[in-house]
Amino acid sequence: MAAAKFIAKRLAEFVVSIAVLSFVVFSLLFLSPGDPARVLVGTKSVNPDLLASIRAEYHLDDPFFSQYFRWLGNALHGDFGQSIKTEVPVTEMIGPYLKITVELVLFSLILALIIGLLLGVIAAKRRGTKLDGAINAFALLGTSAPSFAVGLLLLYVFAYLLGWFPIYGSGDGGFLDTINHLTLPAISLTFVVCAMLIQITRSSMLGQIDKDYAIFMQARGVKPLRITTAQLRNASGPILTSIGLLLANLFGATILIETTFALPGLGNLLASSVTMKDVPVVQFVTMVLAVMICLSSAVVDIAVYFADPQSRSFKRLKLGAES
Amino acid sequence: MKKFFLELSLGSKISLFILVVIALWLIFPALFGANHIPQDIITGVQPPGTAGHLLGTDSLGRDVLKLTIAGTRSALIGPLVIATGSIILGLLLGSLAGWYGGKVDWIISRYADITLSMPTLLLAIVAAGIIGGGYWVSVLVMTILYSPFDIRLVRSAVIGEKHKPYIEAGLVLKLKTIRILARHIFPNIAIVVMVNFFLNIAYGLMSMSSLSFLGLGVSPGSADWGRQLADSRGILWGNPAAALSAGIAIIITAVAINTIGNNFVQKKSL
Repeated sequence: MAAAKFIAKRLAEFVVSIAVLSFVVFSLLFLSPGDPARVLVGTKSVNPDLLASIRAEYHLDDPFFSQYFRWLGNALHGDFGQSIKTEVPVTEMIGPYLKITVELVLFSLILALIIGLLLGVIAAKRRGTKLDGAINAFALLGTSAPSFAVGLLLLYVFAYLLGWFPIYGSGDGGFLDTINHLTLPAISLTFVVCAMLIQITRSSMLGQIDKDYAIFMQARGVKPLRITTAQLRNASGPILTSIGLLLANLFGATILIETTFALPGLGNLLASSVTMKDVPVVQFVTMVLAVMICLSSAVVDIAVYFADPQSRSFKRLKLGAES
Repeated sequence: MKKFFLELSLGSKISLFILVVIALWLIFPALFGANHIPQDIITGVQPPGTAGHLLGTDSLGRDVLKLTIAGTRSALIGPLVIATGSIILGLLLGSLAGWYGGKVDWIISRYADITLSMPTLLLAIVAAGIIGGGYWVSVLVMTILYSPFDIRLVRSAVIGEKHKPYIEAGLVLKLKTIRILARHIFPNIAIVVMVNFFLNIAYGLMSMSSLSFLGLGVSPGSADWGRQLADSRGILWGNPAAALSAGIAIIITAVAINTIGNNFVQKKSL
């Protein structure tokens, strides 16, 4: 019953994280300087009647915790209030933004998996060579470069100087046009998140290279590709775990990349709503992104538990490289 | 010391040199004439290589090279505070949890689990943007969210050592707990903590400049690498150096810090 216990623990951790986050996110309205009622009025002209009606509508005179639980109850029923700027319920307005963010994240995830696994395996197979050194340097650069700086460099070279890609926006919605507009952002994201995958693939593959079974397969003349596949399968535990982290980092870094490339996604919406102090939108988008981040690492952890028995004592990695 | 330096790889030597230069920029900006940068709004943007301006000028007519040097302070003070604060929190909470065990340990460990699973950048962006007063609010948020790794590190080191005979001998001698921790347990984890310190500075640099890139924490036009990137995005065509020099400064500094950090890792595994 260790499995049930593990899943229960991991899910409990997820629920507690989200609960803590929801509390922080709710508190935002009260942490922002000034009267919450004024924050909720936005740019409309203020008069005492309006403030009073807002106070009544949002129950701002109730005790803090009863307000929190009311907000939480509404949120669980899918009601996060309405945007101060557009006065549209926030849950209705994020559809198009969510679509772009999910497309961008999936596109980058696919690229990062291909490049990360490929380079990691090559580096391990050629360890100690110049190629290994070059791949390590590439990974070091990836872990040290913030996504927006990479994005801007790519933008300058490939969009301004060479003119291969559009400079900003998400295109007219057609499949090829979308790909065209998302390529540079996706490459920037991939560059910064795949470094970790390269390093982890390399180090866990290194653990398999001199194993008896691999040497035996070689001696029996098994094709190199099959040997590599077998090694990769045995090395998959840490690699799978890092994919959860990679996905979480992608959802974090997308905020910066969408701003850099002016893509109208969730991250861009969050950044602009933060600047305009549109608190209900900020609360909702933060919750959506946070749930995605926490959920992807929880799901991957549980998947790894079943896929790889060796991982059951494997320590979780640090979240925090998402810039 | 000399031997230590000679044993470094070429990459580490270059990184060390870069960090010394960056430290000079950080501590003595006046040496490079970067303490006062005159504006010249009428002339505005000039390309790199203009007489008197090696990297040209930005949209306010400020010298880009000087602006970049002046930006070092704002870009690095926050990360240094974050990494130091994270170590202090780690030593404090980690040794409490490891030494006393039981309920204290349970509470601190759950606290570390929760903070570890929080999306750092997301929370820092939202907190800095909504609360206002940006820079130090985000430093505080990030210190708290960076610390769980240090807490776990210290906790497991304390647990690993505390039942060893020499510690028990110390207890018999009635040495103070704090003295046992500081003199006999912390030295064992100094290198790992050091590596994490470097990692945290590099992460902190990237996260803090991400925030200022989004316009949070530092006001428009101030000298800060992330801010400079955002401010000069629009003049990429007129003077690409204005935005790119800040981006390259961030990347080079982070690479140098990570290289030195890795150097410690390799020293340890020898």
